[in-house]
Parts: sequence; C-alpha cells; structure tokens
Amino acid sequence: MNFAEIKKILKCKKVGIAGCGGLGSNCAVALARIGIGKLVIVDFDVIEKSNLNRQHYYTNQLGQKKVFTLEENIFFINPHVKIEPHDVKLGPKEVVSIFKKCDVIIEAFDLAEMKQMIIETVMTELPDIPLIVGMGMAGYGDNESIKMEQHGNLFICGDMKTAIAEDIPPLAPRVGIVAHMQANKALEILLKNTKNENHTKQS
Amino acid sequence: MKITLNNREENIERDLITIQELIEYKNFTFKLLVTKINDRLIKKDERKTANIKDGDKVVVLHMISGG
Repeated sequence: MNFAEIKKILKCKKVGIAGCGGLGSNCAVALARIGIGKLVIVDFDVIEKSNLNRQHYYTNQLGQKKVFTLEENIFFINPHVKIEPHDVKLGPKEVVSIFKKCDVIIEAFDLAEMKQMIIETVMTELPDIPLIVGMGMAGYGDNESIKMEQHGNLFICGDMKTAIAEDIPPLAPRVGIVAHMQANKALEILLKNTKNENHTKQS
Repeated sequence: MKITLNNREENIERDLITIQELIEYKNFTFKLLVTKINDRLIKKDERKTANIKDGDKVVVLHMISGG
C-alpha cells in the first residue's frame, strides 16, 4: 500500500487515547502525522517542567492543560486531523462513554491502578475494541527487552518489568519507543480488515 | 495438570488450583494484576474462589507504572 492509499483508509478511522503524557502525546503525534481521521484525547492534568523530558510540549506551554495544548500542537503538524479533547479524569463510566465509538483505544496512563482500571473496563464493557497498553518503559538502555504481547484484543507493549522509581525515571527514548510501538500496532490493526490485506499478516 | 499461562504451556503439580494459589505458586509478587481464565476477567475478590482446571487458558498480567 502506498502512502496515499494508507491515508485514505486512516481518514475514516478514530483512535481513543487515554492520557496525554509521555505515551499519549507522542502516540497522538505519530498518528496525526500519518493522517489519522480523528483522535479522541483525554487528560485532566497541566503541563509541568518535569514533563518536558519525554512529553510533546514546549517550554512556553507550562501550566496549560495538556489535552487542549496537544490539540493545538497537532493542528500545527496536521490541521486535517479532527481532535475531540476531553478534560476529565477517566473512570470506568467515562472510558465507556468517551471511547465506545473508537476503532482502537490506546492506554497512556502513568499509574498502574489506572492501567488496571482501563484494561478491566474495556475487557468487560467494550470487548470488541482493541486496546493497546504500555507496560514497563522506565529507565534507559536494554532495547532487547522491549516487546509486544497479545492476549485476544489486548496488546501490551513494553519491557513488562521496569516500573518507575526515584532512580529509574521515565525518559524520552524508552517512553518514545513504547509510544511509537503502540501507534505502530494501532496502524496495523486499522489497516487490517481493509480491501488491501496482502501486506499485513496475522499476529 | 497442563495449562496455558500467558501464552505459554505450563505444567502445574496440582489437580485443581485457584488463581490466587497459582499467583503464590508462581511467586508473582506484583501488587496490581489483571487476571483472566479462558478469556473471562477474574476480579481481585474472585481470585480465591476462581478454579483453574486442566487445559485452561490463564492470563496473569502485572500492572507496571510509567507512561
């Protein structure tokens, strides 16, 4: 498939992104660059200086709401992408109401509790929508450990072992790898089940 | 009995085991988990009573912070 054909398919697709931090902002930007039709982005937080070591924001945006600032940054990258921003803290009810019409959902939280919440909610309430989560990306190096696992409609990207800690911070390179793995898997899922199936293979 | 644990075949030296016992048996020490038996989600409070039988497909996922 050439890029024009890819863009034509993506134009009709809608991706939900839960969290606009290190995983969410970078994953959203990657999908926006290649011409995703619509992004449903959700976050309640504001941009802090400590976020800039990995999140797609600028120094003049400190203190602003992540979700509206990401909308603005994406506009300057690709103004054709429709953005549906939600400035809310996600719970099970909001996950269902906000993401139920999405073709794919990206989990991009930092807290383990929130990861558990969205996995359990999507698995029970929206089982037909593929969910791509990031699990284990703190620290640096150890490229070989970063991988993807599939359990039905749940896709897990990361090293599945390294949690953040005082001396194991989340940093742009590894967080970016996992964010882009999530975007790459989303792209593969979105281009599958289309007429041009010859290039994709079942994982 | 033989089960599939996280997409891998696994031999468990028991005839019947709950998912909570399996977590202890495997020394899974992470606090936050998502558990499934045969694609059915098993919530935390059900783990002590949810039995795993021979041939079952079990998923135990560790929730890891960072993002």
